[in-house]
Amino acid sequence: MSAFRFDICRLPPEAEALRQKVWAFFEEELSHMTPLQRADSWDGFDRDFSRKMAAKGWIGLTWPERYGGHERTALERYVVLEEALVAGAPVSAHWIAERQSGPLLLNFGSEEQCHKILPGIAKGELVFCIGMSEPDSGSDLASLRSPAKRSDDGWLLNGAKVWTTNAHEADYMIGLFRTSTDPDNRRGGLSQFLIDMKTPGITVNPIVDLPGREHFNEVVFEDVHLSHDCLIGTEGEGWDQVTAELAYERSGPERYLSSIQILLALVDELKANPSERGTIAVGELMARLATLRAMSLSLASMLEKGQNPSLEATVVKDLGTGFEQTLPDIAQSLIDLEPDPDSGSDMQMVLSFLIQAVPSFSLRGGTREILRGIIARGLGLR
Amino acid sequence: MTNEITTLLDQTATRLFGDLVTGSTFSAAEDGVWPEQLWNALEENGLTQPLVSVENGGAGATWRDSYVIVRAAGYFSVPVPLPETIAAGYLLSQSGIQIPESPLSLISPPEYGFSLTKDDQGAWRLDGVLPRVPWGRNVGYVIFSYEDMIVSVPVEGCTINKGSNVAGEPRDNLTFSNQAVEAAPGAFSSTQIGALIRAAQMAGAAERALEEAVSYAKERVQFGRTISKFQAIQQNLAVMASETAAAGCAAEMAFQAADYGEAEFEIAAAKIRNGEAGDIVTATAHQVLGAIGFTREHHLNLTTRRIWSWRAEFGGASSWALKLGQATIDRGGKNLWSDLTARYIDIKEYTSE
Repeated sequence: MSAFRFDICRLPPEAEALRQKVWAFFEEELSHMTPLQRADSWDGFDRDFSRKMAAKGWIGLTWPERYGGHERTALERYVVLEEALVAGAPVSAHWIAERQSGPLLLNFGSEEQCHKILPGIAKGELVFCIGMSEPDSGSDLASLRSPAKRSDDGWLLNGAKVWTTNAHEADYMIGLFRTSTDPDNRRGGLSQFLIDMKTPGITVNPIVDLPGREHFNEVVFEDVHLSHDCLIGTEGEGWDQVTAELAYERSGPERYLSSIQILLALVDELKANPSERGTIAVGELMARLATLRAMSLSLASMLEKGQNPSLEATVVKDLGTGFEQTLPDIAQSLIDLEPDPDSGSDMQMVLSFLIQAVPSFSLRGGTREILRGIIARGLGLR
Repeated sequence: MTNEITTLLDQTATRLFGDLVTGSTFSAAEDGVWPEQLWNALEENGLTQPLVSVENGGAGATWRDSYVIVRAAGYFSVPVPLPETIAAGYLLSQSGIQIPESPLSLISPPEYGFSLTKDDQGAWRLDGVLPRVPWGRNVGYVIFSYEDMIVSVPVEGCTINKGSNVAGEPRDNLTFSNQAVEAAPGAFSSTQIGALIRAAQMAGAAERALEEAVSYAKERVQFGRTISKFQAIQQNLAVMASETAAAGCAAEMAFQAADYGEAEFEIAAAKIRNGEAGDIVTATAHQVLGAIGFTREHHLNLTTRRIWSWRAEFGGASSWALKLGQATIDRGGKNLWSDLTARYIDIKEYTSE
């Protein structure tokens, strides 16, 4: 009957026990943070904080112990993620590595690569960035052109990546490059590389984003030499590897909780200045929030069982980014206050920031239109 | 949704509805003929009282198990008060009132126009009108909650003013005069339990509408290709599919919560979310099916007219949103997340096999 499969589940006692510890840690460590700072969500960057979370054992939670992991369940990891997001913890220094780069290496990396990299991520010491988009290749990722050519002692990289979050801070990039061209198979000939960002020939140029932050960058490669052992997985199979990686990127609670701070501020504002319209709107938002959490939790439970809910993850991401994107608009329509970055009012400052931040939510990690195309394929329409 | 009883109930409901709910069932039902054969089959197969314990003649299932039956009833637009009977039976069993062997109906507590009093012998008597009773003309009893009681009203002897919802399902006004009724203490509200079943029916109906729209898009040829090949259609159907998935998850979440006792939060969320999804689902389905979907000849209307009716029954989206919003605002932003996560702590066992 159903086009998609979601198993509604509850969290096991060990996950709820962990929630209490995580919550108490954030309460203490983040007590100095303002709602505006918390609104930066998983874009907030703080290496010291990432090290502290690692010391608690909360990075690489599900990974094998031999790679510095803790061999806990995906549901325990899920609890850490959602509590971090709601607390507005500055997790950006480890988020991408923990979510995407580590699992990619576990799936496709060599034993040597795993030993070299994963323990550093789990200690909160290695920052990663992802080099996918190029100036002429966004949603049409298969059109990317930056070449990696075989050389005597490895690979020679050229070209440019763009919109690369944290490239200016990163220790490593996982970059997708073209290693061959086949006009009949656009998705073939792509390969992934583990790139030390200190390698000569790499230039990182900051790009100021809409809210005025310097989070993402252009990364230029000029005759960058890599050794043979920097190839991840199999030459020419980068497309399939990236597709698997994007399933991780799309499945987490960060796809509906990015602007949760404005909902919390709105609820307090309406408590002080009640309106029936506001009350109804909060009720509708809570219905969506509770449903999204049930769906998101269901993905975590499927991952824990070793299933690959990539289609369901796409559904949750499309619904979730729609929710987190609409929150500032709804808040602004209900509260008769101007968004004022210097007002000193939490509501107005958070609003000022988030209305400028939310357009990216339905772009990053695959645009809304691409996601809906994937869902349409899942329905057998294309 | 993986245990044996759920699978059995799902298969039984799907098979029976698939075999017995046909085009002629609907035309007969709209002409006022009670589908006796269908109802008897549902009773014989134990689908009418799944929540009642085995020793009391039920299937001993949970709300979580029973979700599949109510959803399937919505999917197949089943023209009998099966969800009402399941919900009413549950309320009666919780109050210790004997469950009659007949179709049962369920209404919200009426706000005016009736009185419930004790006579000299201490027996309960009902006077006045019970409004818009689902299948009032076909059921043996109407059940509703009133203050802290569950009330069971035999329909026999009342005056029936026939009415319907926009889907043609009977919604009758029943007028009583000094009717002897049973009443016993009960915690659950019939408005809540009614909203719960309507949410699951709407989720099932949304699935049906999605299937209809997707299969039509794959068949209908315009501009030399099936309309499924157009991105505009694909994107709209993708949105519809995601809304349908959300509707189902919201409803299933509420059914699970009902097993844990107080479930007003999840039921409110389910009714609101299914209403929201229902708006998009019905509009998209009709847009994709074009003029043929805008006829009584095509069966899409069996589904969409029901969603339009059900989204208003047992509390519309705004009334539930007002409750849910007020409860959230009273607790403040600080407690919003911890309250939400606390609702999902598994107090019995971790049930996801």
